[in-house]
Amino acid sequence: MTATRNVKGLLGTKLGMTQVWDENHNLIPVTVVQVDPNVVTQLRNADRDGYAAVQIGYGQIDPRKVTQPLAGHFEAAGVTPRRHVVELRTADADTYNLGQELSVEVFEAGQKVDVVGKSKGKGFAGVMKRHGFSGVGASHGAHKNHRKPGSIGGASTPGRVFQGQRMAGRMGAERVTTMNLTVHAVDAEKNLLLIKGAVPGARGRVVLVRTAVKGA
Amino acid sequence: MHILDSVNAASLRSDIPEFRTGDTLKVHVNIVEGKNSRVQVFQGYVLGRQGHGVGETFTVRKVTFGVGVERTFPVHSPILEKIEVVSRGDVRRAKLYYMRDRHGKAARIKEKREFGK
Repeated sequence: MTATRNVKGLLGTKLGMTQVWDENHNLIPVTVVQVDPNVVTQLRNADRDGYAAVQIGYGQIDPRKVTQPLAGHFEAAGVTPRRHVVELRTADADTYNLGQELSVEVFEAGQKVDVVGKSKGKGFAGVMKRHGFSGVGASHGAHKNHRKPGSIGGASTPGRVFQGQRMAGRMGAERVTTMNLTVHAVDAEKNLLLIKGAVPGARGRVVLVRTAVKGA
Repeated sequence: MHILDSVNAASLRSDIPEFRTGDTLKVHVNIVEGKNSRVQVFQGYVLGRQGHGVGETFTVRKVTFGVGVERTFPVHSPILEKIEVVSRGDVRRAKLYYMRDRHGKAARIKEKREFGK
């Protein structure tokens, strides 16, 4: 399988949300993402790797913390080591050069993007929060039973709880993609992306912004 | 959220006069109808200010033909042509919700007497 689409992507840090006015005087909720220049750390092509892709790196890292294999990997690209590395499958991977810097101007205002991030961890969550169960009535004699799931299956037939039964457990802190968000503005001076709407993850966490997979 | 101050700074207006709850304002609102735009004036007293920063809003209340009308504007909204402070009110609350239950003479706001001005 080879990539047939041209995908552009950048890693950045979510700074938080605010509001800005658009040209029609509407108040737009935006997430501000700081996208300091990314670098191309590796190129993959169909001959050698079986697929075309571009690997980009982002973020500072203490040079003492870089393992020898990774140090060699970055040295081959002729760049200083980066904290985060991600691979983007794209058909136009051969248009990139090793060590090339990718600035925030890869994106333009009005463009649709997907944002991939790691959601906030919610800890051990019950079924109401985790799966949206309705819980049990507040009154009508319900006793210490208000947020429980209710029945989880039959009795001696089948004699077990079916696999995949939704129950309480760890929630959040997983990879989440929000699709088809609009780039509201690009600030090339401050390396900021203003993306309309909310983006997964906590403030200060790294997110991947890439061209939308679905839609226009 | 001090990190975003530089982003917000572009949206903040510096030409808004200082006003507080109880003040009587003339709010000049730009209204766009199709291609034409005109300015409408909404005069009333400030019921309260809510929020802070770029999202701060204020509510203006007036009574027309016996019907109370309240409008909420964002302080930094670009549709505001200008804000005129007609008079300063002397009130002891940040939110004047009690004024909604008052009529006639009781629904007056004492004017602030400023000395040395």
